[in-house]
Amino acid sequence: FIRFVVLINYPLYIRSVPTQGELKFHYTVHTSLDVVEEKISGVGKALADQRELYLGLLYPTEDYKVYGYVTNSKVKFVIVVDSSNTSLRDNEIRSMFRKLHNSFTDVMCNPFYNPGDPIQSKAFDSIVSTMMVQAC
Amino acid sequence: MDQGSAAGSGGTFISLSDTEQRCYSGLYALCQPDSSGKPAAGKVAELFRASQLPAETLHQVTEACGAKRLGYFGCGQFYVALKLMAAAQAGLPVRLESIAGELPLPVFVGITNELEMHYPNQPLTNESQSHILGSVAGSAPRPPADRPVLRHPDTSMDKQEAWSPPQSPGISPPRSPSAYRSYPYGAQRNGTDTLLAYDAKVPGRPSIPQENSSPSYYSVKLQPEQPVITRVASVERLVERVEVDYSDDPWRITEEQREYYTNQFRSLQPDLSALIMGTVAKNFFTKSKLPIPELSHIWELSDVDKDGALTFTEFCTAFHLIVARKNGYPLPETLPATLRPGFVEAGVVTAPPSEATLPLIVFDENMMPGANQLKILFGSVDLQVTSRPGVTAKQEARDESRKPEFSPKRIPEPHEKPIQHVSTLKPDSPQELDANMKSRTRPRSYSSTSIDDAMKKVEEPPTPPPRPQKTHSRASSLDLNKLFQQSGQGSRPSQHSLSAKSGWLPPPPALPPRPPATQIFSFLPGSEKSSQKAVQQPNFADFSKFREEQESSVRGLSTEDLTPPKSESTVVHQGHAPQKPVRRKLHPESQSATPPSATPYSAATLTKSSQRPPPKQKREIQMAIRKNRETNAVLTRLNSELQQQLKVVHRERVTLESQLELLRPVAST
Repeated sequence: FIRFVVLINYPLYIRSVPTQGELKFHYTVHTSLDVVEEKISGVGKALADQRELYLGLLYPTEDYKVYGYVTNSKVKFVIVVDSSNTSLRDNEIRSMFRKLHNSFTDVMCNPFYNPGDPIQSKAFDSIVSTMMVQAC
Repeated sequence: MDQGSAAGSGGTFISLSDTEQRCYSGLYALCQPDSSGKPAAGKVAELFRASQLPAETLHQVTEACGAKRLGYFGCGQFYVALKLMAAAQAGLPVRLESIAGELPLPVFVGITNELEMHYPNQPLTNESQSHILGSVAGSAPRPPADRPVLRHPDTSMDKQEAWSPPQSPGISPPRSPSAYRSYPYGAQRNGTDTLLAYDAKVPGRPSIPQENSSPSYYSVKLQPEQPVITRVASVERLVERVEVDYSDDPWRITEEQREYYTNQFRSLQPDLSALIMGTVAKNFFTKSKLPIPELSHIWELSDVDKDGALTFTEFCTAFHLIVARKNGYPLPETLPATLRPGFVEAGVVTAPPSEATLPLIVFDENMMPGANQLKILFGSVDLQVTSRPGVTAKQEARDESRKPEFSPKRIPEPHEKPIQHVSTLKPDSPQELDANMKSRTRPRSYSSTSIDDAMKKVEEPPTPPPRPQKTHSRASSLDLNKLFQQSGQGSRPSQHSLSAKSGWLPPPPALPPRPPATQIFSFLPGSEKSSQKAVQQPNFADFSKFREEQESSVRGLSTEDLTPPKSESTVVHQGHAPQKPVRRKLHPESQSATPPSATPYSAATLTKSSQRPPPKQKREIQMAIRKNRETNAVLTRLNSELQQQLKVVHRERVTLESQLELLRPVAST
């Protein structure tokens, strides 16, 4: 399975394949937020310019892997994938995040979208669907 | 998102959307003559074959859906199989996971599909139609990346529905050609599409869309004689379902609409080649009172370059979508081909329909393209813009000609028509048309700017009216000036003007420096050769008194001074009551002073003048005149300044008076 979450400290968009067991994923995602925060707090290192947008594998649990990505505007993308799904490589995850980011930017460009609203864009949904299908 | 029930018996939880449910149930009914609930294997096999999937895919599908296990296609397996076929047709791997998401409906060549149609129903060819149906039903998010196939059906559907309404009479021939017809439009046709289209044409098996899965239609199956029946049925259906439509595609912008959009664009952004910013567009479109999610969707559809701003074509697209939505058309999932920006440009190349030329003209005007193209475009547009009935007639003619000729010839047809227009126009002095169009369009482009300029100009005049002259109409000044100019020193005009402006507030010049007045005072007494000077002197005296009074009043207004004099001042033309007290003191003094002083002064001057010999008198008089003039000017200015001071003082007095009024009752009680 795979699960996409877009959030700014609260979820803006959640999409999973399959749709069961969401509660567990919610928990996972929220805990992963902590890791994200830790990573982006910089720890005094080089600040914004050097900070990698792609946060990589946040932490592997026994069941699944969580990947994180944060934009410059502190919008966080989290992908949770099944650990058994070994076909997803790191660069694939990166590309997924890039696509997510691009479509998220498109959503942002829409003047009717207020930042902070849940994302209801069909275009965004379709892109996520593509990725989900590809990942499965 | 996924909705609907899961297909039960297969044991796999596959969620189906409503449309899918309907479609599958229809197909199920199609394949199920067996009362026991098992679809006939033969029918199922036919159905599978009709999906045009390769054999191994079908095997996979059969395996995946579990029919092999069961030995037959139960309802659940059937549904799963259908979904898998849809997935396979969409290019996804045939696996159960693929179908967990939403997918377009599977496409079956030659099989009737029942679907919920957004748009007016179509009796048209199986192929394109099934594409259409499949794509329409798949209105759930489709993975766009690998979906050129689906996109085309969508567009072809749009086009077809475009032509389908007017098609009612002439449906039979165009059936398969219609599919073919729609294809040339899209520049992105896949080979598969055309293949399928040809497949459609070859067997000539039309598919009928259905709202209700009436078995009767289904029973009419894949036989060659089907076309007749289906055509009839579809005609009926079409006739029933045809919505009120123009001869045009609801997704095609007519030139009237285009003009309107152009004007609206101009209202937002005078330059047609520029962009409308997102916020501006948002405010504008919000006025259409469509719900925000729909507007958001419309924006997504129309902002093709995803830059957060709308070009002119994007704006037209968005506006058109809004118009369509308001008229009840549901929003498409993807941009109809006729609304895509690419469409217009393709139209340019391939002798576009007339509507497309209009924006080009506008653009062309702005961008100054080749003259020929311009002329042609101008000509055709002008032709249509000028004569509305002619336009509609032409459009209808074109459409009707399109209807029966859904052959490959249709491609050249659009070429021909505009070319015909052009050819007919060219003899008609296209330059004249050029001029017409230019005159028509240019004013449009200039009108906004000229209006802007005019508006700006209009705005400029309302600046505060120019300061009135120094001459003003204070009663005291009037009197004084009268006194000044009794001898007619040439400032009569000013006197008249002053009298005319008796009730008119003087302009408030800056407060005069006090010294000049004193200087004047000191100066004037020195020159007293004429009666005017004599007159002036009392005025100066009065002035000094006036000034003193003013100062005193400024420092400490005493109401006693103010109240009594109100009764007086008949002589004085007064705009302000508060001036009366000052005047009162002034005037009685002036009045009292001047007469007595005038006489002695005049007597003195007279005596003086009589004493002096004539030449000296002349020179002196001239000098006196000059001095008086200067004095006059200075005094006038002084007067105005003093008036200003007076106003200020008056205001203060009013406030103090009001305060006093407030205190008075308290004091009395």
